[in-house]
Amino acid sequence: MPQLLLELFSEEIPARMQGNAARDLERMARDGLAKAGLISEGLKAFAGPRRLTLVVEGLPIAQPDTAEEMKGPRVGSPDQALDGFLRKTGLTRDQLVERDGLYFGVVKKTGRPTAEIIAELVEQIVRGFAWPKSMTWGTGKLRWVRPLQRILCVFNREVVPLEIDGIVAGDLSEGHRFLSETRVFRARDFDEYHEALAGHFVVLDVEERKQRILEGARTLCFARGLELVEDEGLLEEVAGLAEWPTPILGDMDPAFLDLPPEVIRTSMRTHQKYFAVKTPGQPGLAPHFLVVANIEAPDGGKAIAAGNAKVLSARLSDARFFWDEDRLGEAFDRWLKKLNGVTFQAKLGTMAERVERITALAREIAPLVGADPDKAERAARLAKADLASDMVGEFPELQGIMGGYYARAFGLDDDVADAVRDHYRPQGPGDAVPTAPLSVAVALADKLDTLVGFFAIDEKPTGSKDPFALRRAALGVIRVVLENGVRLELSALTKVHLFRIESIWRVLDVVFRNLGEFDSGDRSFGTDEGVFEPLEHSSIMTWLDVYDEDAAGRWEDIESQVEFERRFGFYLQSREVALWPEERPRYDSEYAANRLGWADWNDLRAAGERAAVRFSGGLTAFLADRLKVLLRDQGKRHDLVDAVFALGDDDLVRIVARVEALSGFLATEDGTNLLQGYKRAVNILRAEEKKGELPTGAPSRAAAPAEEGALFDALTAAAPKLDAALAAEDFTGAMTALAALRGPVDAFFEKVLVNSDVPEERDNRLRLLMQVRDAMGRVADFSLVTG
Amino acid sequence: MSADAKPRSFQALIMRLNQYWGDQGCVILQPHDEQVGAGTLHPATVLRALGPKPWNAAYVQPSRRPGDGRYGENPNRLQHYYQYQVILKPNPANMQDLYLGSLRAIGLDLKLHDIRFVEDDWENPTVGAWGLGWEVWCDGMEVSQYTYFQQVGGLDVSPVAGELTYGLERLAMYVFGVDNVYDLPFNDPDSPLGAISYGEVFLENERQHSEANFHGYDVDVLKGQFEDMERQVPLMLARNYQNKALVLPAYDMVLKASHLFNLMNARGAIAVAERASYIGRIRDLCKMCAQAWVDQQEEAA
Repeated sequence: MPQLLLELFSEEIPARMQGNAARDLERMARDGLAKAGLISEGLKAFAGPRRLTLVVEGLPIAQPDTAEEMKGPRVGSPDQALDGFLRKTGLTRDQLVERDGLYFGVVKKTGRPTAEIIAELVEQIVRGFAWPKSMTWGTGKLRWVRPLQRILCVFNREVVPLEIDGIVAGDLSEGHRFLSETRVFRARDFDEYHEALAGHFVVLDVEERKQRILEGARTLCFARGLELVEDEGLLEEVAGLAEWPTPILGDMDPAFLDLPPEVIRTSMRTHQKYFAVKTPGQPGLAPHFLVVANIEAPDGGKAIAAGNAKVLSARLSDARFFWDEDRLGEAFDRWLKKLNGVTFQAKLGTMAERVERITALAREIAPLVGADPDKAERAARLAKADLASDMVGEFPELQGIMGGYYARAFGLDDDVADAVRDHYRPQGPGDAVPTAPLSVAVALADKLDTLVGFFAIDEKPTGSKDPFALRRAALGVIRVVLENGVRLELSALTKVHLFRIESIWRVLDVVFRNLGEFDSGDRSFGTDEGVFEPLEHSSIMTWLDVYDEDAAGRWEDIESQVEFERRFGFYLQSREVALWPEERPRYDSEYAANRLGWADWNDLRAAGERAAVRFSGGLTAFLADRLKVLLRDQGKRHDLVDAVFALGDDDLVRIVARVEALSGFLATEDGTNLLQGYKRAVNILRAEEKKGELPTGAPSRAAAPAEEGALFDALTAAAPKLDAALAAEDFTGAMTALAALRGPVDAFFEKVLVNSDVPEERDNRLRLLMQVRDAMGRVADFSLVTG
Repeated sequence: MSADAKPRSFQALIMRLNQYWGDQGCVILQPHDEQVGAGTLHPATVLRALGPKPWNAAYVQPSRRPGDGRYGENPNRLQHYYQYQVILKPNPANMQDLYLGSLRAIGLDLKLHDIRFVEDDWENPTVGAWGLGWEVWCDGMEVSQYTYFQQVGGLDVSPVAGELTYGLERLAMYVFGVDNVYDLPFNDPDSPLGAISYGEVFLENERQHSEANFHGYDVDVLKGQFEDMERQVPLMLARNYQNKALVLPAYDMVLKASHLFNLMNARGAIAVAERASYIGRIRDLCKMCAQAWVDQQEEAA
């Protein structure tokens, strides 16, 4: 069957874009062909530094012919109607048939030649290709990632006639820029093409290029008793930078080995795209590097190795300069001072303010994870300092790592240095979670501050957009908490932390100040004069929106300062109560009552609390959502996760323990049967509720029937066991206590008619069912469990 | 001397490039007589890249980066250095080949050295310009910047101009295998009039200007001069001479402002928060010139 070969040959395509480009080309071609009714036997796309290639095997030579029956006018309609139908379909009168009083005609369409369709499809693909960045060149209007030079397009060994903005498709392509002698070659099918490329020093398939690099690199290293430090991301990148990848081992001045190995590796990787090399069985790196060249040079790569070694020396000299400068004097003090001038996020203040928040939060978390609060405070305060260092300025990816080295260099305790180093972790699903108590405290404080901050300014992730990596931060919190068994009341922690974001309160403060002659003294929201510019009306509204969903609307109507204070003063008030519970709030009760119209400041506090609870509820729900995703990925049933989350718990460790116990319980026969009993009970209660209010109060023990009494006894016996198990957070024990209900519940439903004619009997039986429902509801919301 | 052999001096390397690009049909210009941070800023690039007329030129441009001065003590960093700049508008289809030809012309054997085009999208916010292209590596060292201009002064560049920038000192250090820029042979080492090194020409220049850049200039004077230039630009553009605004003089004022900003920056006189605002001010001035230039070009066409 005929084959299509397409090659889009251009100037050098950025390495990072090649993978997606191959996938996009494959998808666009498959969809386009399918839409035209052309089904292939196989389709594959390749991407490399200068070409995108597509091969489609086993296409038909033309579209299949089609026959479609079309409904015409009613028999006996005026002639015009029939003529119109004949004109439209191209049929004649004798080709029509009559059925059910209507004319029908079969319209046959001959399929178009595949080559024609390919010509249109290629143009569509080229013009509609979604490069992350594209450009025009010369005098043309066509857009491509870099100038498009040639199109090779052959179908069934024939050139497909097509032209896009002056580029005429043919059967010619080009080989390697430097190694190929004739450069241009001709190919009429994929085998010829593939063979010609190899002969012209081009490896088409990125997997083959990667293989070639790895094997060549390993062989070179092995021959000199060395070992390659493998790096998948770098391999992917260099495989996109060379058509004829040729590993070369070069030498590095051993004097640089006193630099931290991460610095050497990062400098090699980011600046030069070299692999690092080590000696097997020894720590640190070996004084060599591995560069992947694009040519096989007649001198065996000697000149290339020497040139690259020289460049690396210059790079490492720079790194050495940073390393030495950074360790001079009171570096941490200098850096911390510098963080005052670094904006973290416009609405969330400076990096220095962020450090203050993380420090306070780390101190709060420390006792919960078995860390010393003073040390946690110290580690947290230093954690971000390296952002102001020269080295991290040059290599941002070394944040934390350098902080750890510098902390040690300045003689800080190892556990503090470790916490500084590890507090960014885990940085991805494959990264390990910190386990040392001090590191756990700082890591959690760092991530929670990020989450609280961005939620507070309403920068939540939406759909695929998560510019501040909040999902990763949330997953980090979850993993640190679960893998270390940390018990936190997240809602309470995040609620108080919200109040630590000075920049937010500054804004509200300004709102108040701008309202007019707010009196001085202890009632003012005073900060240093002149710091704050008057805010735009719209920006105030944005802020209030975040804090109170109705605020923007209400703000419009607010005429007087007093009215505004009455409505929004509680935000500031509640913050003071949360952060300084011992101190007298600035609004005293008399003031609150007389001027603001609140009964006393406790009302203000309550209103502030409500706002904060709403906020932390939103954040906890986000964390819960990420936990759900994590648990689902681990194969936990989605509905069980929901059933546990419905209880409103915010202790992640407890939530997971419940899910696990529940999933164990439902795997047993008792579990599935009791679930059926629960559903039956709930259905009955729901139905009865519609008829009228359910009875209140506790059930009593009925003398007869025996099954009713037995259920009462079982509930009575289970209650203390359930209490004890839940108090001890022994959820398997709680399930066992519930399991004891299974027999009595089953027997009850089998023998007892709930809807008795005797109202007292009916009420008592309903009360029993309510107790069953409520007892089970303490463990999970079984109504959300399916099956 | 055969064309394949290496040039013997820094100046010979420049002459080779001039010869090569002149042979390709470029106008070989001399440097613009304003202090600029990069060869791109020469009006032969920034302004000529705009408008419909073809334009092919090559030139050396002394470039000033006041903050990069190291008092002559760093072997790789200079506050005054040379860029070789080529602009081809519209860019010819074989521009990459032409570029590689220029490397051969200065004696690089492309079978022996590893040349790579590595993604690098160029952007110059002070003149509102950007383009797509690469940095070109030779054995791991960046020897040129290669850009297809897409916008200049915030205006679309059509037809597209291709720009090549060679860092001449760095390229020469590579060609001559020299580790310290001051050791570069400026003229032929066998010159009958005596060999002169790069250091003999420029070392003292680096020392004095480094001190001036970091400590010498009076910040208030610089600031006043910057504001003067800022006032001059719209005045020049508002003038009408033979039905034309005075774009070229106005653009020179923009260049002066831009250099004054770099000086203030090197003096540490610009706070982080002010930086963006200064850059924005220069960009606005540049955009005014670019727009006026394009208007004149289109009227003429």
